[in-house]
Amino acid sequence: MRKGRIVILLLSAVLITACTVSAESRFPHPEFESGYGPPRTTAPAPRLQMCELLDVLVLAGVIGLTCYMAFGTRSRRGILLTSVFSIMYFGFYREGCVCSVGSVQNVAAALFNRDYILPVAVMYIFAIPLLTALFFGRVFCAAVCPLGALQDVVILSPRKVPRWLSSLLQLIPVVYLGLAVLLAATGARFIICQFDPFVSFFRFGGSLGILLTGAAFLIAGTVIARPYCRFVCPYGLILGWLSRVCKYHTTITPDECIKCRLCENSCPFDAIRPPEKGVTGEERSPGIRRLTILLLLLPLFVAAGGGIGARLHGQIALLHPTVSLARQVWLENSGAGTDTTIASRTFRESGIPDKMLFDTAEELRGRFLTGSRLLGAFVGMVICGRLIYHSVSRRREGYTQDEGLCFVCGRCYKSCPVDGARRREEKNEQSA
Amino acid sequence: MQPENMNNMPDTSRRDFLKKTMRGAALLGLGTIAGVATIRTGADDFVWQIDPGKCTQCGQCATHCVLTPSAVKCVHSHSVCGYCNLCGGYHQPDAVSLDTAAENQLCPTGAIKRRFIEDEFYEYTVDEQLCIGCSKCVKGCAAFGNGSLYLQVRHDVCVNCNECAIARACPSDAFVRVPVKKPYLFKHDRIKKA
Repeated sequence: MRKGRIVILLLSAVLITACTVSAESRFPHPEFESGYGPPRTTAPAPRLQMCELLDVLVLAGVIGLTCYMAFGTRSRRGILLTSVFSIMYFGFYREGCVCSVGSVQNVAAALFNRDYILPVAVMYIFAIPLLTALFFGRVFCAAVCPLGALQDVVILSPRKVPRWLSSLLQLIPVVYLGLAVLLAATGARFIICQFDPFVSFFRFGGSLGILLTGAAFLIAGTVIARPYCRFVCPYGLILGWLSRVCKYHTTITPDECIKCRLCENSCPFDAIRPPEKGVTGEERSPGIRRLTILLLLLPLFVAAGGGIGARLHGQIALLHPTVSLARQVWLENSGAGTDTTIASRTFRESGIPDKMLFDTAEELRGRFLTGSRLLGAFVGMVICGRLIYHSVSRRREGYTQDEGLCFVCGRCYKSCPVDGARRREEKNEQSA
Repeated sequence: MQPENMNNMPDTSRRDFLKKTMRGAALLGLGTIAGVATIRTGADDFVWQIDPGKCTQCGQCATHCVLTPSAVKCVHSHSVCGYCNLCGGYHQPDAVSLDTAAENQLCPTGAIKRRFIEDEFYEYTVDEQLCIGCSKCVKGCAAFGNGSLYLQVRHDVCVNCNECAIARACPSDAFVRVPVKKPYLFKHDRIKKA
């Protein structure tokens, strides 16, 4: 992961190996006369590689099962039970790692880093939920993702978040995703892993900060349904995009919507949209004008975003350990009286010249400049894209979900009388 | 009102067409990413391990692991050990006498056990249940001994985080990803090769 430090590593490896070799020959190994034999150093094996592939199979199986629950039997209880299984297996047994949310970073690192090889199992963990979303919507979020499932089961009395606030908060995943990919690609760090609030519960351990954050998310989750999923999750952003163009999306009603309005308030995530007449004829012209303006403004948004990204590239680059070490060493050299850190002390003891460190840091900052520009452009593009998306008026036949926001939890099924009729029919057929 | 279709082909609204195009584009994008990533994919999974040649015994292994106690523990390569009476890794530098008294021991948890073998030779073994991975003995052994005591990630404890928290903090980049089939970087293996 520390691509920029390869030269430093080579030099330090040579120096330290030299020291170690000389240390090893300090006292000769004794020749025992009493027939004593030294004990063997134990080497407890890590989890079998086979098990990693088993995890992939379980993931595929549970996603398939959830699809069946959502589309086939249309059973909220089935989806709930599957969520509980996911919390047990992917959460407490596998301790929430490696998860699909974090796998984005692994893929980014593999694409842009010379010295990171992506394990095949992680690739599947990344791709399977995305492929499923492309065809069946956010089934992964429904009952498979342990983070989502954990938040889902603590929902008690969900409140509606005002639309303007929701739209604002939904910018966080955009920045988070861009930053996570940038930092993983440059080999700086995996921020999604560092700031995963729920893994500390699954592991039964962690720093106080992350435990409190997790608790805060869960407590908030009792009144604001799935706060991490809706307003933070970077993987959910991609799933949302793919879900909007998915082939088969689950519907609230199994048949035709009779517009009885009983499902209006049944969604804790406020993803249900009422029927819309759509705008036709002469009323279209202000909408067309608005859309044209937005489309023309799109390059402006992208350029502005890129500019802001370029401005911030210095701060973002400091998140890379080599760059921050270079800054630390530079500050100490400049006689500003800054305290030394373990990293700077270790660096000085290694005997590597300062110039080498500064050159590597400069090269990294160059990469960060390009990366930050792209990050800013990406955020600008998404903001304008969302404005465009919301400015288009659509005709809606009945009550349907916003496919990007629907978590396929199945809570709306119960409130639909058409679905109720279908279930009664099925029960009569069974007992008859 | 939609006019009747003369060719009996299904009607596709503009929205549906856009949707299908975006879906195709998304599939293409996903396929490209997967394809490029496949070139950089290996069958082997990875686990974290400490390269003892790079470790500078800073002590952060004990404090930064997400588990308590840390999954990093001290191991002893007996074939490298000198079996000395005055052990740099066992005794404090200012030890009053060279025995097993707690006041003379370097290890804060008393995890190193000393046993007399013969002559002037003593065997030192690490009790992993007590070791917290603080690297005090490693530092002592490297400074005054053969360097046969060193830290390794123990995989019966380690949960193999996607990004090791200790690796993030390590000042000498001693944490490396090793293939799961060869999860340890023992010193006696290295010397055998050399």
